[in-house]
Amino acid sequence: MEWLYKFPSMQDGALRDLKKMIDEGFRAFTRAYGGSIEGFFTPLQHFLIAVDRFMTQTPWPVILVIILALVWFASRSLKIMAICLVTLMLIGYFDMWTDTMRTISMIFVCTLLSIAIGLPAGILMARSDRVQRVVNPILDVMQTMPSFVYLIPVVMLLGIGRVPGLIAVVIYAIPPMIRLTNLGIRLVDRDVLEAADAFGADRRQKLLKVQLPLALPTIMAGINQTIMMALAMVVIASMIGVQGLGQPVLKAIANQYFTLGIFNGLAIVGIAIMFDRVSQAYGQRLQKHREIVHG
Amino acid sequence: MAEHAFGGIEIRHLYKIFGPDAASHVDAVKNGMTKTELNERFGHVLGLRDINIEMPSGSIQVIMGLSGSGKSTLIRHINRLIDPTAGEVLVDGADVVKMPEAELREFRRHQTAMVFQKFALLPHRTVLDNTIFGLEIQGMPRQKSIETARRWLERVGLKGFEEKYPNQLSGGMQQRVGLARALANDAPVLLMDEAYSALDPLIRTDMQTVLLDLQKEIRKTIVFITHDLDEALRLGDRIAILRDGEVIQQGTSQDIVLRPADDYVANFVKEVNRGRVVHVEAVMSPLATGAAGGPAIAAGITIEEAVRMLASAPDGDITVVDASGKPVGAVTFRQLASAMVNTHGTGERAAA
Repeated sequence: MEWLYKFPSMQDGALRDLKKMIDEGFRAFTRAYGGSIEGFFTPLQHFLIAVDRFMTQTPWPVILVIILALVWFASRSLKIMAICLVTLMLIGYFDMWTDTMRTISMIFVCTLLSIAIGLPAGILMARSDRVQRVVNPILDVMQTMPSFVYLIPVVMLLGIGRVPGLIAVVIYAIPPMIRLTNLGIRLVDRDVLEAADAFGADRRQKLLKVQLPLALPTIMAGINQTIMMALAMVVIASMIGVQGLGQPVLKAIANQYFTLGIFNGLAIVGIAIMFDRVSQAYGQRLQKHREIVHG
Repeated sequence: MAEHAFGGIEIRHLYKIFGPDAASHVDAVKNGMTKTELNERFGHVLGLRDINIEMPSGSIQVIMGLSGSGKSTLIRHINRLIDPTAGEVLVDGADVVKMPEAELREFRRHQTAMVFQKFALLPHRTVLDNTIFGLEIQGMPRQKSIETARRWLERVGLKGFEEKYPNQLSGGMQQRVGLARALANDAPVLLMDEAYSALDPLIRTDMQTVLLDLQKEIRKTIVFITHDLDEALRLGDRIAILRDGEVIQQGTSQDIVLRPADDYVANFVKEVNRGRVVHVEAVMSPLATGAAGGPAIAAGITIEEAVRMLASAPDGDITVVDASGKPVGAVTFRQLASAMVNTHGTGERAAA
């Protein structure tokens, strides 16, 4: 009756062999292809380093003006600009400027990469129910798998550093971008699509002139979510060598430095609020035509 | 278009069955299987059965039917938004059904334009940018298309609204944008799918007038779908009445009102304001020899118009003259008045 109390599992030896086999297989794969995969990501690494250098080596007043100009362009709101100014000033005053710039540059590249991959993926998914059936469970795995787990193979393949950190962040942050692009396109009014068909629009014209513009508010919500999730990954990414606000937090955890932890944590919250308010204000400005309703 | 006269639209033996295995049931339907039988035995829905309509170039063809009669399905076959199960749709001699995809797109861009019941405007574009949509799809340079669009917007009474968004306009004005967008395409065929059904009655009458005035200039081949018989009679040069996917009667408004094909049509016609539809010839009596006196009215005008013209004329016979001025019959004021309220009198006369 022992099997009733202990689940009849695989034999210890067999299980050990299986794990060993998979591990060795992956190690062999790493040895064989690690170099070329790393080569594949070299351009990305150069781009990351360039952005990082720009953000950290440009004099801080210049960066401040650039950021505030972008905020104004996106939100057209003095209030949001004031929030951003105060946040950045406080961050600088508490000596977290360089780390914050590193984090912002990382988030910026992650978001760009997520859009560059997520937008086409979302479009493909919206076009075919079959693609949607395949991609949806993959996205579920990407969102629920603990990020430490996929850090292991990424680090084995690429070592520690910026690029593996970037990949880990993008894996975690890209699902809302893909999902909301897909959703936005699928929610486009059928009557309007039929009209586009009736006027002889081809697939490209339908996509660029009807589907994407009408899905844009939903896509913007996806970008907003992607940024927020990328920020949430900053500390974990710092474990594999990504510089920025995550590293002091990591140090604080290891050494029980309460104040160091809370300052850097608040800085992350601060830039999260900045990104969120600005991207939401931009998204709302994009759908201004919906607000003014007749009558 | 000067070098080539548009050849009109011809629909021949058109069948549409909805369902996964539609093609295999066409023969059964051709051999007389009913809509109910098809649905019960095979789970397929019969959309259209053996539609044959000829729409001459430059006229307004109205297709009338209640909801579920298949009228919206039928109009979507003309630009093949819906593929037929069997049959031919000839537009200017070319069979739309057989066109490959690229050719179909070109056909839709240049030969047809469509106006929709729910307007189907692009909410993120201004009125002007909505109007150039068809031209943009054709690939016309923006500057040129804007000129065309402005002209048509002015023509449908929307000058000054170019920079508004659709949401800022009332339903009637939104549909004017829809109409301008379709007209800007300058296609010989204009498809109007219940274009005015979503508008309230006063605005609907207004838009009907806009269309009739425009048609005097543009002479397009217009296919107009409606569920409203008054609208059908007012607009249609020819009317086809659809019921359960079959044409049960087609002809001019006179034919429909004076000689309804069956009780179903007769039932509709009963409620119609006859004075506005029936022409004086239908009520006049044959000319008594030599008695061509009294005031003259032209053949082809409606009873209501005749009554309005003659309200102040002296009693007695009124002569009806044809286009060349030749007397063709006589009518009394009393005959006209009774024809307006009497359902049967005119029908019998015309049948006689």
